[in-house]
Amino acid sequence: MKQPFPFSAIVGQDEMKQAMILTAIDPSIGGVLVFGDRGTGKSTAVRALAALLPPIQAVEGCPINAATFADCPDWAGIETDKIVTRPTPVIDLPLGATEDRVVGALDIEKALTRGQKAFEAGLLARANRGYLYIDEVNLLEDHIVDLLLDVAQSGENVVEREGLSIRHPARFVLVGSGNPEEGELRPQLLDRFGLSLEVASPTDIDERIEVIKRRDAFERDYQGFMSHWRAEDAKIRDQIVSAQAKIAHIPTTEATLRDCAELCVALGSDGLRGELTLLRTARAWAAYHGAGEITRDHLRAVAPMALRHRLRRDPLDEAGSGARVGRVVAETFA
Amino acid sequence: MAAPHPIWSRAELALTLLAINPEGLGGLWLRARSGPVRDRFLSSLDALPAPVRKLHPRITDDQLFGGVDIAATLSSGRVVQEQGLLSGSKTLILTMAERCEAGLSARLAQTLDCRKHCLIALDEGADPDETLPPALSDRMAFHIDLNDVALGQTGPIAFNLAKQIDNADIATPDEVFSHLTKTALSFGISSLRAVQHTLEAAKAHAALFQRKTLDIADLQAACELVLVPRAVQFPDADDAPAETPPNDRQSDDCPRGDSEQMDLPEEILLEAVQALLPPDLLAQIARQKAPRSSGNGSGDVSKGNRRGRPLPPQAGRLDGTTKIDLVSTLRAAAPWQPMRRMVSPRGQALHIRPADIRVKRFEEQSDRLLIFTVDASGSAAMSRLNEAKGAVELLLAEAYARRDHVALVAFRGTGADVLLQPTRSLVQTKRQLAQLPGGGGTPLAAGLQSAMGLAKTSKSRGMTPTIALLTDGRANIALDGSAARVPAGTDAEKMADTIAAQNIASVVIDVSKRPHRALESLAGHMRAPYMPLPRADARSLSTALSAALAD
Repeated sequence: MKQPFPFSAIVGQDEMKQAMILTAIDPSIGGVLVFGDRGTGKSTAVRALAALLPPIQAVEGCPINAATFADCPDWAGIETDKIVTRPTPVIDLPLGATEDRVVGALDIEKALTRGQKAFEAGLLARANRGYLYIDEVNLLEDHIVDLLLDVAQSGENVVEREGLSIRHPARFVLVGSGNPEEGELRPQLLDRFGLSLEVASPTDIDERIEVIKRRDAFERDYQGFMSHWRAEDAKIRDQIVSAQAKIAHIPTTEATLRDCAELCVALGSDGLRGELTLLRTARAWAAYHGAGEITRDHLRAVAPMALRHRLRRDPLDEAGSGARVGRVVAETFA
Repeated sequence: MAAPHPIWSRAELALTLLAINPEGLGGLWLRARSGPVRDRFLSSLDALPAPVRKLHPRITDDQLFGGVDIAATLSSGRVVQEQGLLSGSKTLILTMAERCEAGLSARLAQTLDCRKHCLIALDEGADPDETLPPALSDRMAFHIDLNDVALGQTGPIAFNLAKQIDNADIATPDEVFSHLTKTALSFGISSLRAVQHTLEAAKAHAALFQRKTLDIADLQAACELVLVPRAVQFPDADDAPAETPPNDRQSDDCPRGDSEQMDLPEEILLEAVQALLPPDLLAQIARQKAPRSSGNGSGDVSKGNRRGRPLPPQAGRLDGTTKIDLVSTLRAAAPWQPMRRMVSPRGQALHIRPADIRVKRFEEQSDRLLIFTVDASGSAAMSRLNEAKGAVELLLAEAYARRDHVALVAFRGTGADVLLQPTRSLVQTKRQLAQLPGGGGTPLAAGLQSAMGLAKTSKSRGMTPTIALLTDGRANIALDGSAARVPAGTDAEKMADTIAAQNIASVVIDVSKRPHRALESLAGHMRAPYMPLPRADARSLSTALSAALAD
């Protein structure tokens, strides 16, 4: 199959690329939501994310990508304890996916042919330790959203149906994209995303020209284009891996915590999830830049994406919540 | 025979280009009523790559993507996967595309993004707002409207695809990229997919005429086909930088003098597109921006529906979204029992075949909610609060007849109160209304805010809210509670804009002694019909309101 358009070849959209890199460095940030107009490269960026992610170690053939043999579920019937390296799973959750496909269901083939009651793992199992990508997330059926909310919260998928009683870990990072004109996202789901972005069409004329040029080159000279940009992608991946190594050594100072808290209070964001995400994101950003500590510049750079979707809606504010965050950051750090 | 209509010639060209590069161009959005003209156009779709499959807007995911064929699986004892329409087919034809809902459009958009299909959307929409979801139309290169073409102005579509050059061999001069991008921007087209499509179309055009390099004719044809139908503004040399401030480099980069060293003058493209723009472009845009209330004819999506009227059961399949109607399934199977028992090797008591399965159907219609937002300020009380109450009572009676829900919001003093959460109890509503005291300032914006909040929550519960605003329109309390006329007015206007942006239907009833110009403009902001009470007697009020509600 044709590889998706390479990540590093995406023109502009720096905030979106920054967010993708950050979530790759520290998955505990909790995923990315990209909202924006049509034709701005949302889907392209998410589909390209897979190439940036460092590979994981997992037991061969394990449906939930378990790291050790002991973690493999009984129902999977794994007999080997061979560890293999495989790419971080990025699982596409299509809008039309049925509940069966998402959570897993009775394996009909085994049930009918051998009379066995076996479990067939769903998308949530396959996304364990990886990413779950939902394009047009705002159009997802409500009952699937409910399911996802529950699993994303508990990190465990519980299946009680058709005489099966199965539970397995399902820890994944949610990545979603959508067009706000087509519908809003339920606030409960919104809150599950660590970072949120608003993208718009580039307004710079040269940037727009470059987009078309690269897209055309991708269509026309696929091999040449990919061999050039794949190397660029590899560079970013190396940076991500080295940032992951550094992240544990970046201390959290009292001053940083105070800054985070002050920002969140000034913005009136609900709950404490905002502070936590802001802190983790700033730390990942510092690590990416090879800095030894988190500075206010790091906080400033990531505050809009970490906090934008946690504000109370103000219907009279036309500037958008990103600008509001920026304003408050400027005031707080003045 | 007269020369074909220019639109027909363009449609013909679009179809030819689509046949050359179906995946790259995404597809064609055909807006035409069914009739001989459309039939003539459709008869030439054979040129598109086979197999061609037809989709309808109510298609289920099983049909689209495939899945386990339960009936075949049960009978054969092994899993039989059913092929979806998407696998294997190259060309998809979406009939009644104007009824396509956001969910299906998103699925099809994802499919088109894989660049393995090409979609022909047949849109029979009668009104401008009855149309294909933009997420889908944006991914299709050609938008053709055949509604103005008469049969006599059409001609046979002849394809000459025998000799064409491979797409990859066509060279694209560097300045083409910038020309196309700028041309698209000057017509206010912000989606980059449009530019991409123009480029692909130009290449297909070059391939058709066996040119190895794109030339001006290719670009001109492509711009006419792709950009014209998407244009949202007239290019204006003086205004363009002002309207799109970040693009001021546009004028710096290409001053007139530079164009000599480019062999493809940009103006030609601009003129080509401009010549084809309809003169009433701006009016059309204004119309398109009007809310797509229930314009697609399918009404609001009904969730948590409590008013589903059962319809006769229908033969169908159990695909997870449908419920079996056991009684009628048995009834359908009953006549065949003796015969099936005879041929069946196993002596089972009841023989039910997949064809017998009947599924339940409900008529889906979401409950309506009327949110009365009543001005109880001093000024309104002075004038005609009682009459307003009378009007509300009249409407209540009508709401009762239709089993609508009602809610009551009153604003006076410094804020607004939701006096009654959505209910069907009219007695309660009347009582609350009768007790409603008057007096104090007019916090119009606060009233609208409460009403909108109520409308939004009820919408998420599956109701279709309508805000009926009864006021004398003299807003003098701003949202923050301060008594100042000017901010109060702007706050109210902003609130009205927000309501319009949320696509909440509304109606404004002026209860002041004399019709009020400011209130009429507020109604404009809300995109609501405006009715001055002095001119409206009870009967005409209720007719007008029913009309506003009916759409």
